[in-house]
Amino acid sequence: MRPLPELTPENTAFWTGGAEGKLMIAFCSDCEKAIHPPQLICPACWSQSIAFKPVAGTGTVYSYTVNYQQWMPDMPVPFALAVVDVDGAPGVRVTAEVVNTDPEEVAIGQEMKVSFVNSDDVWFPRWEPDQ
Amino acid sequence: MSLAAAITGVGMSDIGRKTNRPAILHLAEAARRALECAGLTSDDIDGISTYPGKADNSPGMSPLGTGEVRNALGLKTRWHSAVPDGPSQMGPIQVAAMAAATGQARHILCFRALTESSSQTATRRASIPGAGRARLGGWYSYLVPANAMSASNWAGWMAMRYFHEFGMTREHLGLVATGQRAFAQDNPTAIMTSPLTMEDYLGARMISSPLGLFDCDVPIDGACVVIVSAADAAKDCARPPLTIEAMGSALGSQETWDQRADLTTMGAHDSAAHMWSRTDFKPSDVDVLGLYDGFSIFVPLWLEAMGFCGHGEAKDFIAEGNIGPGGRFPVNTGGGQLSGGRLHGFGLLHEVCTQLWGDAGARQIEGARVGACGMGGGFIAGSMLLRRG
Repeated sequence: MRPLPELTPENTAFWTGGAEGKLMIAFCSDCEKAIHPPQLICPACWSQSIAFKPVAGTGTVYSYTVNYQQWMPDMPVPFALAVVDVDGAPGVRVTAEVVNTDPEEVAIGQEMKVSFVNSDDVWFPRWEPDQ
Repeated sequence: MSLAAAITGVGMSDIGRKTNRPAILHLAEAARRALECAGLTSDDIDGISTYPGKADNSPGMSPLGTGEVRNALGLKTRWHSAVPDGPSQMGPIQVAAMAAATGQARHILCFRALTESSSQTATRRASIPGAGRARLGGWYSYLVPANAMSASNWAGWMAMRYFHEFGMTREHLGLVATGQRAFAQDNPTAIMTSPLTMEDYLGARMISSPLGLFDCDVPIDGACVVIVSAADAAKDCARPPLTIEAMGSALGSQETWDQRADLTTMGAHDSAAHMWSRTDFKPSDVDVLGLYDGFSIFVPLWLEAMGFCGHGEAKDFIAEGNIGPGGRFPVNTGGGQLSGGRLHGFGLLHEVCTQLWGDAGARQIEGARVGACGMGGGFIAGSMLLRRG
């Protein structure tokens, strides 16, 4: 089984937003900077007024890789991992597995949309082509 | 403007795969060889420094801290340090250089020990952060749970973006891998010494595209020791001191593998620029290079970071034969980690020092006097410029 992230005050909204189908990104309420990974303080202005907002859940592939090596005995391979520039959150990338497509068809510049998969109390984002 | 500190000795254990030899015995062997190289005894060692300290965040990653080594070797020290958050695997050497230059200690034993080969099993692979744990924190908690478990994935997407922007191909990285293997064939201590052709390279199985098997370094069991001495104390050693001309530790972006605005650059670019800002030497003064090659793609990125060619030019620089045997700027002349085994940067520095002392045998770079070393990939990086005399 894949390891799970420890849920903290910083990151719980990000890891659980998928329960309602939402990709939740942290924003500074004062200077509007998008912050990822999420933090309790804005790295630009040091404001502690941080709020999570749902973004559209779409984005563009900045880069990707197709993993062929089985790192764990029960790991299905191959699969693609995409590093996606998230729409509505400047400077933020969310890296996740790509589903519902041939991994070898993933390309830089491709438009993606998010979906989620649940494990215990965590909802992992996954990307798939935005048709 | 050089530091008042120098490297005076290096030593490496008999490294291997699945040695099942306790880490402390590797360490003791490396320490004995480093003392012999420097012409010192254990009584001369009054400082000790390591990265990252005893840690089990991935299997066999760091079985020894300064405590175990002080105990085992009976060292009485005036100064000790372990730096998990320093400028990459080079952190302990940079910190030691500052300690020696400021008089905290005279001869500092810097070490790195790994038992990644013996420690890995089917469910606990080397270099998988947090392997075997239920819950993860820190920067890798955004990658490992997403199945981006291996650094080969993280380096893979950096390489993919670089390929996309600059037209690099697998053949360019193949020149790195085959060139370093050619060097390794003249290094009796390298772990991989059979010939490697471009056909072999291209035919090997893919690990994480565009990186294949021979783009990845080799987990091993072993230890490496570098002795850093204060400038005045260095004069008493057996070999000419290798003065630390400059070092760089700058970091300009977040501690992540996916958020840096331009992933065709890495922490190396910040660190190397910092190093050059501290010296009048230029890249054209450099005779031999040790550049971090946990994955082959790091070599072109480090070449650009260090200013040996411009951004996006590394593929041509490599294709022109600059970095392999016979090249103007030979890189990783002992085979690097790709063919020599992963001593986490220490092995690369060991080789640069060996070259600068003229001890490199069949692979000796004639007249090598100035060496550059860059350690780390992704967001961590440390840079160092060494000169003999």
